[in-house]
Amino acid sequence: MKRIVIHEEHCIGCRLCEVHCLVQHSSSRDVIKAYRRERALIMPRLIVEESGPLSFALQCRQCDEPSCLEACISGAMHRDERTGAVVCDESRCVGCWMCIMVCPAGAIRQNLLGTHIASKCDLCYGAEEPACVANCPNGALTYEDIPDQEEGAA
Amino acid sequence: MVLSYTMPAFVIERDLSRCISCQVCVRQCANDVHVYDIEDDCVHSQDAQCVGCHRCVTLCPTHALSVQRNPLAFRAHANWSDQALRNIYRQAESGGMLLTGMGCDQPYRIYWDHMLLNASQVTNPSIDPMREPMELTTYLGAKPERVAFSDGRVETEVAPQLRLDVPIMFSAMSYGSISFNACESLARASREAGTFYNTGEGGLHPALYQYGANTIAQVASGRFGVHLEYLNAVAALEIKIGQGAKPGIGGHLPGEKVTPDISATRMIPVGTDALSPAPHHDIYSIEDLRQLIYALKEATGYAKPVSVKVAAVHNIAPIASGIVRAGADIVAIDGLRGGTGAAPTQVRNNVGIPIELALAAVDQRLRDEGIRHRASLVVAGSIRSSADVIKAIALGADAVYVATSALVAMGCHLCQNCYTGKCNWGIATQDPYLTKRLNSDLGAQRLTNLLRAWSLEIKEMMGGMGLNAIESLRGHRDHLRGVGLNQVELDTLGIRAAGQ
Repeated sequence: MKRIVIHEEHCIGCRLCEVHCLVQHSSSRDVIKAYRRERALIMPRLIVEESGPLSFALQCRQCDEPSCLEACISGAMHRDERTGAVVCDESRCVGCWMCIMVCPAGAIRQNLLGTHIASKCDLCYGAEEPACVANCPNGALTYEDIPDQEEGAA
Repeated sequence: MVLSYTMPAFVIERDLSRCISCQVCVRQCANDVHVYDIEDDCVHSQDAQCVGCHRCVTLCPTHALSVQRNPLAFRAHANWSDQALRNIYRQAESGGMLLTGMGCDQPYRIYWDHMLLNASQVTNPSIDPMREPMELTTYLGAKPERVAFSDGRVETEVAPQLRLDVPIMFSAMSYGSISFNACESLARASREAGTFYNTGEGGLHPALYQYGANTIAQVASGRFGVHLEYLNAVAALEIKIGQGAKPGIGGHLPGEKVTPDISATRMIPVGTDALSPAPHHDIYSIEDLRQLIYALKEATGYAKPVSVKVAAVHNIAPIASGIVRAGADIVAIDGLRGGTGAAPTQVRNNVGIPIELALAAVDQRLRDEGIRHRASLVVAGSIRSSADVIKAIALGADAVYVATSALVAMGCHLCQNCYTGKCNWGIATQDPYLTKRLNSDLGAQRLTNLLRAWSLEIKEMMGGMGLNAIESLRGHRDHLRGVGLNQVELDTLGIRAAGQ
């Protein structure tokens, strides 16, 4: 399946990925309205890690055998049949945070702003290119077909 | 001094109805212009620190920012310009020499803009480059006196040549004055486009040896990073005598830019100032120059052309003649408007002559002396478009060097603050936070695109003139006409006035 690949050597820490992630997951999909009206309730679904000049945007790694899916007590965390992405069914999530405990990449965060559920990357609902990739000004994120990351790593 | 009499050169306008306080501008400005106020959840801007590089404007996701020239900065008039007043206030405060970056920004006549190209009508056919092959291939190097054949084979030994797929090369910018990523972008684009880039006087980083076949290595007065392996890793060598932006003076790379990597490449200690002397301490005559040219040829087995780069100055024609007679295969001339990473403002703005006049004078002088074939002529000093390239070739150049255009292609917005080392575009800086901003994959792509676009335009204009090879245009000044030029200028350029 297609996965987001991080090129930390090109990340400039501008956090435009955060801006566009938030807009993509807003109801208006308009950058100004999203920040003005919905900022109190929604948050970016990726995390920008920074240490000195090193920085990168971290999203869910879309594991082949996701620990979060196994640990989920309510069945909210599931694999979307259409896109293959691991996503959180917001109507079923109870906010127990087990997924956060087990995520090996630390890519899931608590959304304490409004919904009180787990906030994670959904690859922009099967979009051709996720918003963070499409709007990175320096090519620090790419969207590539990577068949099986566990096998590749082994 | 407590109170500065200078006023902000730019005014930053933030449209508060659009600003979302995302702080992209805050993170992107190396001059600390934008500051986030956590109490009021808004971003303030300090106009005085703005250099007008437009990084924040370009990256702002809501287009909330615009940077304008400060309209009533000083009580300026036709004689006492804003700049003249600002310079005096700054010097009265600092007591120092004014520094600047990039090329001369003063309103001297730009002769390219007073020359017009010809096109075929009725009596001679034009050529459609979409249907017929057009040849831009250019060979740089000394050409033989005559060609001798024997049994149908060429007997003449031809001096080493550089083969260019487009008559445009990237001129000298050192690793140090620009970032590694910028150097790598230039190197990669040169390989992609079939042309050459120039190392400048900063040596060659080991990671760039793989682009040696598309590299011209410079030997300048500081001799930074010059060793046998360096000389032999590349396609051609260039002795740098002068630079258009600062003829007659040397260079100074401040110690803070001499990082461990640059120190290793330049072969100087980390953190020490890299001072290029004004003259080469072993060149005080044409004979001395000849010695260095042949020393370099000897070191590299006479396998590479040797170029000599000089700034365009008053007696450039006899100087170029001397260089050719000293044995240079290529003469590179850098005009008044050529760029730099750092130069004293007054030198940059007042020393040298425009490249158009220098080129015409040199080409004519070498022809008159019957030695034009002994060296190729490469010109630099603000070639801004494909039209400038084609006019330069019609005036007599074999190829051109571009640097400012290349930097602009990579993101430079001409703020002229290269010497501060705070380039927000990741070009003229060694700060690891900033150099990351230029992804060399994207940089190389943008440069390759620029060369491709210019080649297409050159072919289109050549076709219009009825020419199918750039060789046929070289020195063909009848294809140029002057507008708004006086007779002396027309005579120096060797062209007729429009209508004649």
